[in-house]
Amino acid sequence: MGTEKTKADLLPGTLDMLVLKILLRGHLHGYAIAHLIHQLSDDLLRVEEGSLYPALQRLELNGWIEGEWGLSANNRRARFYKLTAGGRKHLAEESARYRQVTGAVARIMGFAV
Amino acid sequence: MNWKRFLRRAGYWLDRGGRARLLWEEMEFHIDSMVEDLVSQGISEAEARKLARRKFGNMTEKAEEARSTWIARWMGDLVQDLRQAFRGMRRDAGFAVFTILIAGLGIGASSTIFSVVNALLVRPLPFRDPGRLVWISNGDDGTAAQTEQFVDLRELNRSFTDLAGWSGFYFPGDHELTGAAEPERLTSVPVTGNLFAVLGVQPAIGRTFTREECQGKYSAPPAMLLSNNFWRLHFGADPNVVGRKLILDEHPVTIAGVMPATFDFASVFAPATPVDIFIPWPLDDKTKPLGNTMKVVGRLKPGATIEGAQAEMAALGKQLKSQHPERNPITPILSPLAERVSGRVTPALVVLACAVGVVMLLVCANLSNLQLARLSVRQKETALRTALGAGRWRLLRQMLTESVALCSCGAVLGLVLALVSTRALAHLQTFNLPLLASVRVDGKTLVFTLFAAVASGVLFGLLPALRVSAQSLSGELQDASRGSSGGRRHGWVRDGLVVSELALACVLLVGAGLLARSFLRVLDVNLGFAPERAAALRVDPSFRIADFAEQNGFIDDLLRRARNAPGILAAGITDALPLRDDRSWMVAARGQIYEKGRQPEAYVRVVSDGYFQAAGIPLRLGRGFTERDRATSERVVVVNETMARTLWPGQDPVGKTIETDGGRRVVGVVADVRHSSLESAGGLEMYLPMRQTGDYAAMQLVVRTALPPDRLAAELRTALRPADPNLPVREFQTFQALVDRAVSPRLFLVVLLAGFATFALALASLGIYAVISFSVSQRAQEIGIRMALGASSAEVQGRIVLRTLGLAALGLALGMAAARILSGALGSLLFGVTSGDAVTFVAMGALLTVVAAFAGYIPAWRASRIDPMTALRSNG
Repeated sequence: MGTEKTKADLLPGTLDMLVLKILLRGHLHGYAIAHLIHQLSDDLLRVEEGSLYPALQRLELNGWIEGEWGLSANNRRARFYKLTAGGRKHLAEESARYRQVTGAVARIMGFAV
Repeated sequence: MNWKRFLRRAGYWLDRGGRARLLWEEMEFHIDSMVEDLVSQGISEAEARKLARRKFGNMTEKAEEARSTWIARWMGDLVQDLRQAFRGMRRDAGFAVFTILIAGLGIGASSTIFSVVNALLVRPLPFRDPGRLVWISNGDDGTAAQTEQFVDLRELNRSFTDLAGWSGFYFPGDHELTGAAEPERLTSVPVTGNLFAVLGVQPAIGRTFTREECQGKYSAPPAMLLSNNFWRLHFGADPNVVGRKLILDEHPVTIAGVMPATFDFASVFAPATPVDIFIPWPLDDKTKPLGNTMKVVGRLKPGATIEGAQAEMAALGKQLKSQHPERNPITPILSPLAERVSGRVTPALVVLACAVGVVMLLVCANLSNLQLARLSVRQKETALRTALGAGRWRLLRQMLTESVALCSCGAVLGLVLALVSTRALAHLQTFNLPLLASVRVDGKTLVFTLFAAVASGVLFGLLPALRVSAQSLSGELQDASRGSSGGRRHGWVRDGLVVSELALACVLLVGAGLLARSFLRVLDVNLGFAPERAAALRVDPSFRIADFAEQNGFIDDLLRRARNAPGILAAGITDALPLRDDRSWMVAARGQIYEKGRQPEAYVRVVSDGYFQAAGIPLRLGRGFTERDRATSERVVVVNETMARTLWPGQDPVGKTIETDGGRRVVGVVADVRHSSLESAGGLEMYLPMRQTGDYAAMQLVVRTALPPDRLAAELRTALRPADPNLPVREFQTFQALVDRAVSPRLFLVVLLAGFATFALALASLGIYAVISFSVSQRAQEIGIRMALGASSAEVQGRIVLRTLGLAALGLALGMAAARILSGALGSLLFGVTSGDAVTFVAMGALLTVVAAFAGYIPAWRASRIDPMTALRSNG
């Protein structure tokens, strides 16, 4: 399992940020979120889709997202999540921090101009 | 923000069942959606489901991970383990009940001993800042000091904020109280006015003594303080008693206050002699006692050390000796008050604490052993769990949870036991042990019990748990294969446990045996008097005696009436009872010059004719007292053998004269009486005829009866009534009770230790029985084969009993060696036996061997009745 390196493992802690970012687009259920992460990363990011659920529970517990039950496109009960005001603030902070860190890493690696 | 999060978490936790279901539904929706997408891409349904599952990851694990955001994961596991533990208990109720019972008994015993140790050694004395309180004795044998010396020491010292004292010479029933109800004899302690301030105790109601009250006459105290117990028993806890005027020894006395229940003077300073009232001790009164009568405590100044104070007081003692050669010398020896109060019982308590520790180890070894036996029966279950992926650590934890849960149930039982037994101990009022009344289960005991439960649970569960978690699946399968004799290593661990159980039991048995033999030796001591059928009754006249004629008339009348009462064989009067009351004077043989400081000292008793017969003190030479030894006749004295030997070595003492008390001629020699303790010889004693002196503080009528003394108490009272209608007769003290009180600390130790040793013996034999019968059941097939091949049942039995005895011998050897080393530590607790007493070691070894052999014989006997055919057919 550990030898398959073609897809990049997610940096620790970034999954929460990605979920928040995706939820900027509106109310989405878990499957849609996972789908969007794959799509937007051109299938490069390797996320075990099950890991999404602990992350969602964590975010909800912190009050950054709110979940409510609704009906999916194929008329099944699904849980839709939306961003809260606290979540927006947290996302802003997280992305600023992330930019700082990746910028620093990039400078050391000589990727940046 | 944080508390919001906490509330949300609590909400999730409360609704965890519902939430878990919904989470599962959410995840299933996810997978279904994935499957749908894949199917629409043209993949078969089954294949799509497989793919989706792989992509999603382990659903259970994810769900658990998600749940762990609601509540820490270990807690969830704990709940699960506990549920499993209780399910296990229900399934195997016999084991659970047995474990809870054994652990409960062990923990109960531990918690009780802990409570006693806590009350007697750990908990501070019930005074303010007791660490600064110092006991000041005169010389190292705990003698009291003269009041003049006390006054000067108090005046001159710089180390103490204050010194206080009380009389060491108060006796039960010293004073007579009238004016409340029936005339009543009371036990009262004369105290210096500042005693309560120095100890830091306030009366619960009322006040302490005023300055004026402390300047009256010694014999007529103007005020008194009631002990809490006396107040409750005699005044019905009436708060309005303060200020009431009563009559104490024909003098008016005011009740100044009531001491709080926490101030139990007797249990701290004079166990087993309840105190009723406190009266002020006027220090400058000329009628106060002259001798060394004051016990002294001091409160160190902040910053002062006991060493510094000792140096200062020693110097002051020397200074006072040269300034006042007319006084008794004072040699202040300082020790912390707590040490003085409970130092005497420390060795016994240490022994008890160690013994209970050994019992707990035995309990754990025993339960460990049982658990191991049980687990090898549950091999399949554990193997299955391992196969299903239970991690080693998880399995270990589950096993420990189970054993700790069992021990906690045991702890509940133990706590109940501790509550009952501490209650019983606290009510042992006749036991001469300090602070016993304050023994109770408190917060510390609860914490200790909890600790004992967890520690014993881990201790007994660890070995089996490690074994289970270490065993490999394949090994297990091999071990369970048909016809083998059980894993070798397995047997090793259990044999080791049994051997150590036997060794531990052996140590306890030898310790208890040595102390029990010491106890018997103490009871066997020649007391010098005969306690059976002897009893004493306080008979001081209610009127003031004017002269010798009146005194002797009263004595004659009283003795005549007592001797005529039914069932009385002999009667006499004394001022001091053996093993309770003491005072001593310097003595000198006429014509003998003693070096300074070498003059002999003799204990003094003032007795009437008939006392020696009543108390059963044998006469060795000359004569005892008669009615004719009166104020008008020659002044005579009777001495004990030691005094005769000391003053007139190698000579006939009868007819010799002592200088003491105005010169007295020796008319007789009686046997030595053990009067301070059963263990120590009494030293010099002399008896003065009561009709020739007024120098005594009490009149105790001692009678020897044909029937048990208590049954005669009422008749004797009636018979005496005409001699003095107001005779307040309260206590009827049997001599046996005096002896019992003197041996009570030893009895306390022996009974508890014997109980522990018996429990240990039972545990060890159970351990042997369990191991042997388990190995028999494991080897049923082997035994069956042997018998089928012609082994007789005697041979089978012999093999098994031999194995038992092998284990027992190993345990005994270890235990005896350990006991020999440890018994040296019993030191001062032994009496009349050495720490290597061969009789005890052999007897206890034999006892243990017999019990072990018997425990091993039962399974052996059962094995010999195995039917070879059944055993061979069964599937092991």
